[in-house]
Amino acid sequence: MSINNEDVQKIAHLARLAVGPEELDNYTRNLSQILDLVEQMNEVNTDGVEAMAHPRETKLRLRDDAVTEENQRDKFTGLAPASENGLFLVPKVLD
Amino acid sequence: MHNKSLRELALGLRNNDFSSVELTQYFLDRIAAHKDINAFITVNKDVSLQQAAEADNMLSSDNSHPLTGIPLAQKDIFCTDGMRTSCGSKMLDNFIAPYDATVIHKLRQAGSVTLGKTNMDEFAMGSSNETSYYGRVLNPWDKNRVPGGSSGGSAAAVAARLAPAATGTDTGGSIRQPASFCGVTGLKPSYGRVSRYGMIAFASSLDQGGPMTQSAEDAAILLQAMSGFDERDSTSVDIAVPDFSSKLEQDLKGLKIGMPVEFFNEDLDAEIASIVMDALHEYEKLGAELVEISLPNSHLSVPCYYVLAPAEASSNLSRFDGARYGYRTAEYDDLLDMYNKTRAEGFGQEVKRRIMIGTYALSAGYYDAYYLKAQKIRRLISQDFSRAFEKCDVIAGPTAPGTAFRFGEKSDDPVAMYLNDIYTISVNLAGLPGMSLPAGMDSHKLPVGLQLIGQYFDESRLLNAAHRYQLATDWHKRRPDGF
Amino acid sequence: MEWETVIGLEIHTQLRTKSKIFSGASTTYGAEPNTQVCAVDIALPGALPVMNRDAARMAVKFGLAIGAKINQTSIFDRKNYFYPDLPKGYQISQLHLPIVGKGSITIDIDGKKKVIGITRAHLEEDAGKSLHEDYHGMTGIDLNRAGTPLIEIVSEPDMRSAAEAVAYLKSIHSLVRYLDICDGNMQEGSFRCDANVSVRPRGQQEFGTRTELKNINSFRFVEKAIDIEVERQIDILESGGRVVQETRLYDSDKNQTRSMRSKEEANDYRYFPDPDLPQMVLEDSFIESIRAELPELPDARCQRFITEYGLSDYDAGTLTANRELADFYEQAVAALPAQPKLIANWVNGELAAHLNRDNTSIADSPVTATMLGELVARIDDNTISGKIAKEVFEAIWNGEGTADEIIEKRGLKQISDDSAIEPIVDEILASNPTQIEQYKGGNTKLLGFFVGQVMKATQGKANPKQVNELLRRKLGD
Repeated sequence: MSINNEDVQKIAHLARLAVGPEELDNYTRNLSQILDLVEQMNEVNTDGVEAMAHPRETKLRLRDDAVTEENQRDKFTGLAPASENGLFLVPKVLD
Repeated sequence: MHNKSLRELALGLRNNDFSSVELTQYFLDRIAAHKDINAFITVNKDVSLQQAAEADNMLSSDNSHPLTGIPLAQKDIFCTDGMRTSCGSKMLDNFIAPYDATVIHKLRQAGSVTLGKTNMDEFAMGSSNETSYYGRVLNPWDKNRVPGGSSGGSAAAVAARLAPAATGTDTGGSIRQPASFCGVTGLKPSYGRVSRYGMIAFASSLDQGGPMTQSAEDAAILLQAMSGFDERDSTSVDIAVPDFSSKLEQDLKGLKIGMPVEFFNEDLDAEIASIVMDALHEYEKLGAELVEISLPNSHLSVPCYYVLAPAEASSNLSRFDGARYGYRTAEYDDLLDMYNKTRAEGFGQEVKRRIMIGTYALSAGYYDAYYLKAQKIRRLISQDFSRAFEKCDVIAGPTAPGTAFRFGEKSDDPVAMYLNDIYTISVNLAGLPGMSLPAGMDSHKLPVGLQLIGQYFDESRLLNAAHRYQLATDWHKRRPDGF
Repeated sequence: MEWETVIGLEIHTQLRTKSKIFSGASTTYGAEPNTQVCAVDIALPGALPVMNRDAARMAVKFGLAIGAKINQTSIFDRKNYFYPDLPKGYQISQLHLPIVGKGSITIDIDGKKKVIGITRAHLEEDAGKSLHEDYHGMTGIDLNRAGTPLIEIVSEPDMRSAAEAVAYLKSIHSLVRYLDICDGNMQEGSFRCDANVSVRPRGQQEFGTRTELKNINSFRFVEKAIDIEVERQIDILESGGRVVQETRLYDSDKNQTRSMRSKEEANDYRYFPDPDLPQMVLEDSFIESIRAELPELPDARCQRFITEYGLSDYDAGTLTANRELADFYEQAVAALPAQPKLIANWVNGELAAHLNRDNTSIADSPVTATMLGELVARIDDNTISGKIAKEVFEAIWNGEGTADEIIEKRGLKQISDDSAIEPIVDEILASNPTQIEQYKGGNTKLLGFFVGQVMKATQGKANPKQVNELLRRKLGD
């Protein structure tokens, strides 16, 4: 199965990746190649096989409800591309 | 000095043959002298020497550890407090990690010295180290060839003896394949053995950190210090860690080694096949018994992996959005534009390809056909191993279908690149421990790796089998010319 | 045409854990921005989630209280979307296997019971907050709330009016506070609600196209927003139009709903099981230990108040709608077991009025249950009249002391001694001969006038019952 440029644009939008018109064909070709590889999975009938999400099917460990973390705001906001008054600044969020 | 084993170095430090500061300086000098290898992304002399001085103090007290004072190269995927942690990406070029990964924490607690952060494929996505934002790493055996990947910097550093030992991570072969290409010993532990906390996630259900060393004996020491339950990682398994070094010498008499028929077919390079067979015959001489086994779904491991790993990665890498840390594009119109440009500019081609494949595989209408199907095949692959281990103790075969290839040879063809991990990927899918050890040289004088695969949490047996082989052979002692 | 409204609610309930669902950062409300944030909450590279046991415990508690199936194996999924208040670029939630399955709750609507189905309740993490004050044209992000545990309670589309929706919302609100799993503070956003609203011609089986209403975070707004949205949908349908499936925001200032176009972009959340979190398996013993600590629930308590204390449905319902209020009532009754009805009147009357007037919660009431019990006991033993008791209550409320202290200090003790009342009665009768004339002429209503005069003369302290009797006797009845 192969995908077209329009599909790639849709995926790129979902993944928040700007893809320029000059890159589009290349991505479409590469992604189609990969999907062709992936299609090999269809050789095998997996009816009745249970999906496996984790390599070892362990049970989730639950931790005690306790506050163990301290305020590290200055350290964290120091990493930010833009911050002010302890807030991370991003382009205006509209709703 | 640089060919000494970890045990010899530990002894030298204790006998005051050299101090940790001297040892660290020695390796820093080697790194500087072989800068062209480009094995390191970040080296911070002052930090390393400061840590070495602290280690010297520790050595003079009683609370020292076999790794105290020993400089180690850390793959740049492990967060190191106060030090740049780039993951080989422009996205994190300016990221100074505010905390230590559990692996780093443990190794620092043991008194080891962080020598530097090694180069790697961007976000561990690659098999050649060509996707690094910091440029390619040269294979010390042939500087026109790739070191393998994604832990290519660590493999090259150990091969060129720029560090006594290194850490790596392995999602689909990223420790074992570069170990094979560079002629070093690499071990991917069982999933859950080594904490993933602070190890920048590529594919969470597959990633596992492990040692890259000159020998199995060294691997046992480094793995010992890296292993153990971590309450910060919900996938870390709370079981006792055995003393890996104590079982190294055990006799191999009666050890059943399974040879998967699927690994020894016409796709395997004839030269590699014969080197691997030689190694297996060596094992027979050591008392092991070879049995034929089958992993009937192993040919589906690459397709299965290239759905699951990108799917997880597409989600894991969503946090790199330019909002809280790392790269943010210089100019943007609005929030969406900021996201799109930041991620398009911050990530390289291969990372973007995988994010897109993963996004596609999880998207509405395709989930069942891709993601769910792959999860089912994952179970089939895992069941293949369970059945195989009813007949054998260890599985052996080639690590990679070929030796180190030339730069650019596969970089335009993602699928050809992916097929390099054809023998390693199924081990990650099943969560088993796997190892690569040098087992010969091909006609181009390039190292060939033998892969050993063990049962869950049976790293001891792998290390034992590898060590006995290394006592009987000297492939692991071969060094590239000029190092 | 006659239209029928169909409503389903999604309620986001913040759980009262000390720490976040997947990290050890504090969940306390109102801290300085980003001071309750750790590596996990800010989604630093390499940070990993670890599940909080008490969040699971509270979710199970809710499930047991609504008689739901508890899924002993449940799975955390990632819901992927980009938004600045969502640091990982995905929310950890539960899609296919939520911790709480199908259950129900009974609501009371105009004295009639109605069962509302609850489809599911799942655990998830809350997002941070976008602060829209202007930072040079940018938005500020505060992640203190990010990672606060929530259960999202999803109802069946079982409600047929805004009033039913509010009754359901109130029942859940009361329940989660009974269970002590949520503080229920709607202003602080601890308890939030979205409504799915549609209309259909009465008698039609299929549902109409629904819209999702957001930003309806008070009981009053829920009712108004649904009513206005129903009106809007009916207007569209009656003028031959079509309702568009969309998310709409309620604007309380304008009392209208408007389309949230930004949310309309085709969302594809790409849910998949979170590989960082193995499946959550709850042992029988864990669930049973929670069952054992379940408090008496509002319905059961209401029934008990009716039978045990002889209260009316209305009084019992009012008292048990709020766990603290019901506790208060029972403590007061414990102080004076003989007068459960009188105490109910005081709790629902004077106390409720004062709490309301001063905008105080029952927990902060200056009049404690014991104090109220003591006060009512003084009415019961005729020390004071009901009327005087109101004055005493006000004084207790203002912190002037206990009932006995105030009665003593202000000399409010009721005069129940005939020898003390009689001279006053005589005096009143002597100074009102015209009224006596009229009374004897048949205007018996004037008895009240005489009683009033006596009470006035004694500043309300005379025992009204005795005054009545004395007057009747003296007037020759």
